[in-house]
Amino acid sequence: MPDSAFLEVRNLTKYFPVRHGVFGRSISWLKAVDGVSFSMNRGETLGLVGESGCGKSTMGRLIIGLLAPTSGEVLLEGENVHAATGERKKQLHRRMQIIFQDPYGSLNPRMPVGEIIAEPLYIHGLARGEQAQKRVRQLLDYVGLGSYCMGRYPHEFSGGQRQRIGIARALAVEPDLIVCDEPVSALDVSIQSQVLNLLSELQDELGLTYLFIAHGLNVVKYISDRVGVMYLGKLMELAPGDELYSNPRHPYTRALLSAIPIPDPKVKRERIILSGDVPSPIDPPPGCRFYSRCPEADEICARESPELRELDSGHLVACHRVGG
Amino acid sequence: MSTQMPLENDGVKTGHANDDFAWMEEQTSPWKDAWRRLKKDRVALMGGIVLVCIILLSVAAPLIAPYDPNKVEMAARLLPPGTPGHILGTDQLGRDMLSRLLYGGRISVAVGFIAVGIAMFFGVLIGLLAGFYRGLFDAISMRCMDVLMAFPYVLLAIAIIAALGPGLINAMIAVSIVGIPYYARIVRGTVLSLREREFIEAQRALGASNFRIIFKHILPNALSPIIVAGTLDVGWMIIAAAGMSFLGLGAQPPMAEWGVMLGEGQKLILVAPHISLLPGIAIFLVVLSLNLLGDGLRDALDPRLRQ
Repeated sequence: MPDSAFLEVRNLTKYFPVRHGVFGRSISWLKAVDGVSFSMNRGETLGLVGESGCGKSTMGRLIIGLLAPTSGEVLLEGENVHAATGERKKQLHRRMQIIFQDPYGSLNPRMPVGEIIAEPLYIHGLARGEQAQKRVRQLLDYVGLGSYCMGRYPHEFSGGQRQRIGIARALAVEPDLIVCDEPVSALDVSIQSQVLNLLSELQDELGLTYLFIAHGLNVVKYISDRVGVMYLGKLMELAPGDELYSNPRHPYTRALLSAIPIPDPKVKRERIILSGDVPSPIDPPPGCRFYSRCPEADEICARESPELRELDSGHLVACHRVGG
Repeated sequence: MSTQMPLENDGVKTGHANDDFAWMEEQTSPWKDAWRRLKKDRVALMGGIVLVCIILLSVAAPLIAPYDPNKVEMAARLLPPGTPGHILGTDQLGRDMLSRLLYGGRISVAVGFIAVGIAMFFGVLIGLLAGFYRGLFDAISMRCMDVLMAFPYVLLAIAIIAALGPGLINAMIAVSIVGIPYYARIVRGTVLSLREREFIEAQRALGASNFRIIFKHILPNALSPIIVAGTLDVGWMIIAAAGMSFLGLGAQPPMAEWGVMLGEGQKLILVAPHISLLPGIAIFLVVLSLNLLGDGLRDALDPRLRQ
């Protein structure tokens, strides 16, 4: 791994306090992200998958500095994202942007679309008046919308169009890294592919780096160079896309892959059905997070949390039972 | 009948298509949408029209009032309504009731709106900051608001006037202080839910300043409940200010103010009921029309009632 990684996440941890009891005296900790490390290269797409509540959205927000971590650090080309203040911080906001899951909640309902997209220009003093208008038109063009949209309000657009507006807003500051937080999971399947195509076209054109968060492996497969699988705040497996799909090593990844429907009734395959629900992330027990549902669990799994280690080149797995 | 069915269906379809078309042509802002819905609400519209008439009459009082409101005419005391020359009669000093009502309207309506303006300004500011920053400021300011709300409002207003001294301006200040918690509560609640929305998060991710987020993104979205509350509150403020004047704590006697007039007529209520009744009806009309308009506005602005 080159030490000059574009983005490096080191041992990132985020615990949320959960207060209960009289006057919120007793506190337990919701371990949303618990000691995750990985790095990303410029121009690549890293897919991050996991069930709801596994901490993948928290992860995205930590990386772009919307949330402060409990411990650990995020380095963007060597610069600690959470240590920056003032003007430095503002510059970092220019370099990292986010696209949200809910296209209905992510646009200010009382603001015309042209204004929404111009906001980042005003905030960073990139353009004003006539020039800003021109830039907004250009951005709308990038995402396949006409300049007729500028005077309209968000409620006049469909989900897919709104997501495009959200993308245009993120692009306005010319970022290097975009965190895509389930950008297509709220859209119709027919619109999903349009938005995914748009995202990969923009990546080719503008040299963007994506952290692509999703809850299913099938969406991520289409767009990602590498894929990471998260479970209850931990990274379970991280591998190049093809490798992960053809040779999944972690029992959880295998279960996820077997759950992707194949549109052919004749294909027979072994489905791995996980029993039980995802355990609560509040005060999880020691040992492997997947222990309670793992079909291959051993007694060591209950005691010790497995480290993420490299099996083949670039294929990292956190499991005691794999690769001896 | 059989031919009518498809026709009806077609009618519905084309109606829809036309709507879609209108939707494409017009640039519909949420405010224009609300205005369109308000126009369909006849009761609210009536309230609005009555209110506008009263405001116009009050503003034009110096032009249309037949007499000076303070001109005493001892020969023409306690004339009943309908007397030629004094359509609404005269009071115990022979002052023309119509002129006094018109001039009184200026004061009452102005006091109502200004008091709401003051209460709204401070209440909204406190609510915005408390809801956005949470923490210590929120805890302290909201407990202060609770204390204000826990007092019976008349008692509190009287206490404030006792400290400031009686008079119209002080009565107005007193009723607006009493009104502040009302707005602070509403705005704080709205801000608490807005600050977690993704479009606010998007502004943070863009590096927007808190000032910008609060005033450019949160405030416009918190505005509709404030407007509704404000409209309903103007009526309340008019009653409260008139009440203070009635008790002798607000506007002082020779002044033509509805509360003062009500108080002056009190002793003569059996002899000449119109002296109290007429300003009472005026207050009733203004407050009723404001409430009808406010209810209509709430329906028009509330997105949950949208089709």
